[in-house]
Parts: sequence; structure tokens; C-alpha cells
Amino acid sequence: MKQYCDVLIIGAGPAGLCAASVFVNTNVQVIVLERDPFLGGQLLKQTHMFFGSKEQYAGTRGFEISNILQESVLQANNIHFFKDTVAAGYYPEDGFMLALEQDQKLHHIYFKKVIVATGASEKALIFENNDMPGIFGAGAVQTLMNMYGVAPGKEVIMVGSGNIGLIVSYQLLQAGVPVKCIIEAAPVVGGYFVHAAKIRRMQVPILLQTTVRKAFGKQSLEGIEMVSLDENWQEIPGTERIESCDTLCLAVGLSPLSELLSHMQCETKYVPALGGSVALRNQRMQCTNKDVYIAGDVAGIEEASSAMLEGYIAGVSIAEDLQIATPEHMTLLQKSSQFLQSMRSGPMGEKICSGLQKVEESNV
Amino acid sequence: MRIKEHPIIEWKEKKKVSFFLDGKPVQGYEGEPIAVALFEQGFKSISESLVYHRPRGLFCCIGNCSSCLMKVDGIPNVRTCTKQVKEGMQVETQKRES
Repeated sequence: MKQYCDVLIIGAGPAGLCAASVFVNTNVQVIVLERDPFLGGQLLKQTHMFFGSKEQYAGTRGFEISNILQESVLQANNIHFFKDTVAAGYYPEDGFMLALEQDQKLHHIYFKKVIVATGASEKALIFENNDMPGIFGAGAVQTLMNMYGVAPGKEVIMVGSGNIGLIVSYQLLQAGVPVKCIIEAAPVVGGYFVHAAKIRRMQVPILLQTTVRKAFGKQSLEGIEMVSLDENWQEIPGTERIESCDTLCLAVGLSPLSELLSHMQCETKYVPALGGSVALRNQRMQCTNKDVYIAGDVAGIEEASSAMLEGYIAGVSIAEDLQIATPEHMTLLQKSSQFLQSMRSGPMGEKICSGLQKVEESNV
Repeated sequence: MRIKEHPIIEWKEKKKVSFFLDGKPVQGYEGEPIAVALFEQGFKSISESLVYHRPRGLFCCIGNCSSCLMKVDGIPNVRTCTKQVKEGMQVETQKRES
């Protein structure tokens, strides 16, 4: 079926919902595609309270933020949601986005501007038998526990001590699932001190300079072999040891889902500091294909708070292009840019800023 | 295994749904994805790799990877971690030939 809209938004996570909210009380026809049967993206499994400022919902839990963001956009009758619908690919000759609803219904979506807010996928880690059932991405463990109330196993080992590794370990303990240890290849804990302190208080050891060598088990995971690493990240012979576990949780980073951007001939660049291949863009979140905007993790791995801000920025930038921007829109744009800048000015923002320098080009 | 007590989250009582795994009856809850319902009932391995037939289970649980592909009501390669269970649904493990 053919569908027409002014603005197509792909993904209804924090970035996509905030972008959509810009078009509330306008005549702009918006279509939002969401792969899941519900809105909110990965906010729904975030049970922890957010940091930052009040405007960024600090002190509010992720799933509650998702409800707040949905409220206004669901009321708007110019914003149409296609849930359970995957954006399968862009066809440049014909100029439509192909979308597949509930694995059966096909839509050809024609649009003037598009915001790609597809988010990211979890990275895997290379070791023997890493495809064995019982080995999960950390996000999968969160989904199982926090959205569906299902325990991932009886004994968990976490790989990675970044914020996700630390927070998910804490959430496992809250759900009554024992975490044996957190292993970290680097010589320092990656995440915030407060999160690590919480974990240590609950007597979960964080083993630095340690990695997983192989997994073993018959039909599913029964244990892993770990090994210590030296200062050059090389395995130290003789330090191999076996630990039993039925769940191995990989919290080793995320990588932007930028395939659709390549379909739309947006120039991309591999930037490790941003998690992988990201599209070149200007400060308005506009890509080298001028009709394409990005927001959220697909623009570089950061946080839900920055995804929301980028969503507002991309939305208002399109409102400007369509010449419907109001003074309120411009205030939102200015505020969002300021918040984003202040968020990134901390020590944790250094990596992001170094990555952004490589993709934010004034000539885009 | 269901989590019984949690300091933050409250799961509402949901309707039970019966469906079939390779012809045998299995249970899940309304709104729950197929792969989650199966995992909860102890089916950790729900797929296999095409060439070496290695067991595969849930990995990303949000529809990104292809570790949980199964045949659902005759449609092959359905990502069962995002497809919700329905009463009477026929879910089949995919073997190489399909």
C-alpha cells in the first residue's frame, strides 16, 4: 500500500518520540515506524533513575520517561504510528521506504524528509563457542528481566564494567539473580564510580585485566574459561581458570544501526569513539543527503538523554526546512543544543567529543 | 523462571496463552514474545546454525540479530524475540531444509 507523509521517523525510542513531539500542533503529516509492538524503544527496560538536569527527567526511571514522551504524540492526529513494522530498505530509483508490517503487509512510504532514529545493536565478543545459548547481550538480559519478569538464569557472569555492565549487574541482583563476578579486560573500571561502588557493596568482585577465553556446555552454557591479561592486553599463560555459570552477559558496547543511511546515500565514516559506522552530519543533525536527519544512538553511541535532545534538534531543523518553525520551536532548539553541550563537557564526554569532531563537518 | 519479587517493577497479572512448539502444547502470557515464553519454559535452544547445526538461543532479544529465527504459522525466519504469542499459534524449529 502506498503511504504519503511530510516527515518519516524511523524508530520510536527516545530520539524518535522527541522528534515526533516537535510536530504536535502542526499540520505536518508524520509517519513513525516502530519495529516493536510498543513505543519507547529501550527506555522501557530502564528501571534506574536518570541523571542530569530536571528537563532531562533526572530522578525519573526510564520506563516512566517513555510514558511521559508518548503522552503528547499519541494525542496528535497528524502523527501516525505503525507499530510492529520494520523499515526494510530505501529504494532510491522510486524514492520510497519499504516497510513490512507484522511480517505480512507491505507499505511503500513516500516522504519529504526523514529522521533515522534506529538506535544501535549490541556488540559481540570473539571467543570459542560464543554462539552458545545462555550467552546474551546485556540488553537482552534487561529485556527478559525488566520487561517480562523472566530471570535469565541462576548464576551470571558479566563481561564489561562500563555503565551498562554495572547497571545490569545491579538490576540482576535486585531481581534476585546472583552475579558471580564482573570481568573487565581494561585495567580500570569503565563506568561511573557510584555504580561500581554499589556493586562492590553487594560483594560482587570486579576482576580487572581479565577476559573470557571460551565457553563450554552441552546444549547450553555451563561455564567459561577466563584468563588474566598483561598490560599489553595479552593473555598470561598459566592464569586460565574455569568458573561455572549458566548465563554469560556481554556488556561490551554498542554499534550504530546505520544501514538505512547507506541506502539513502548518506556518507558514513567508521569512528570507533562513536561505536562504528556513523553518518556525517552538521550541527542540525542533517546528513550529506539533505533530506535525511539522524538522532540518537545511530548518530553515535551515547545515552538516552542525549538521544532525546538530538531528537528535538532534528525535529526542529526539519520544521525550519518546512518553514513552519515557531518561536517555541526555536527556543527548544537552542535549549537542546545547550543541554547537549553541557552534558558532553564532563570527563565522560571527552570520547564523544573526539568522535564528533570526525563526523561533524561544517561543509555538510 | 519467573521473578517473583522485585523492589521497583510490578508485573500485572496477564492472561495465559496456549500455543504449539513443533506440535506440542506450550504456554505463555499475553503480550510476551514467543522466544521469551519458550525460554521461560526451559527451551534455551530454539534454532540452529545453517551449516554446522550449532544450537542457537536468545541473544539480543530486541529483533536485531538472527539467533531466534523460527517458523511461525507457516512463515519462516520470523524473529521470535519480538513476535508476540497468540492463542493456538504454531511455532516450529527451523531445520536446514526449510
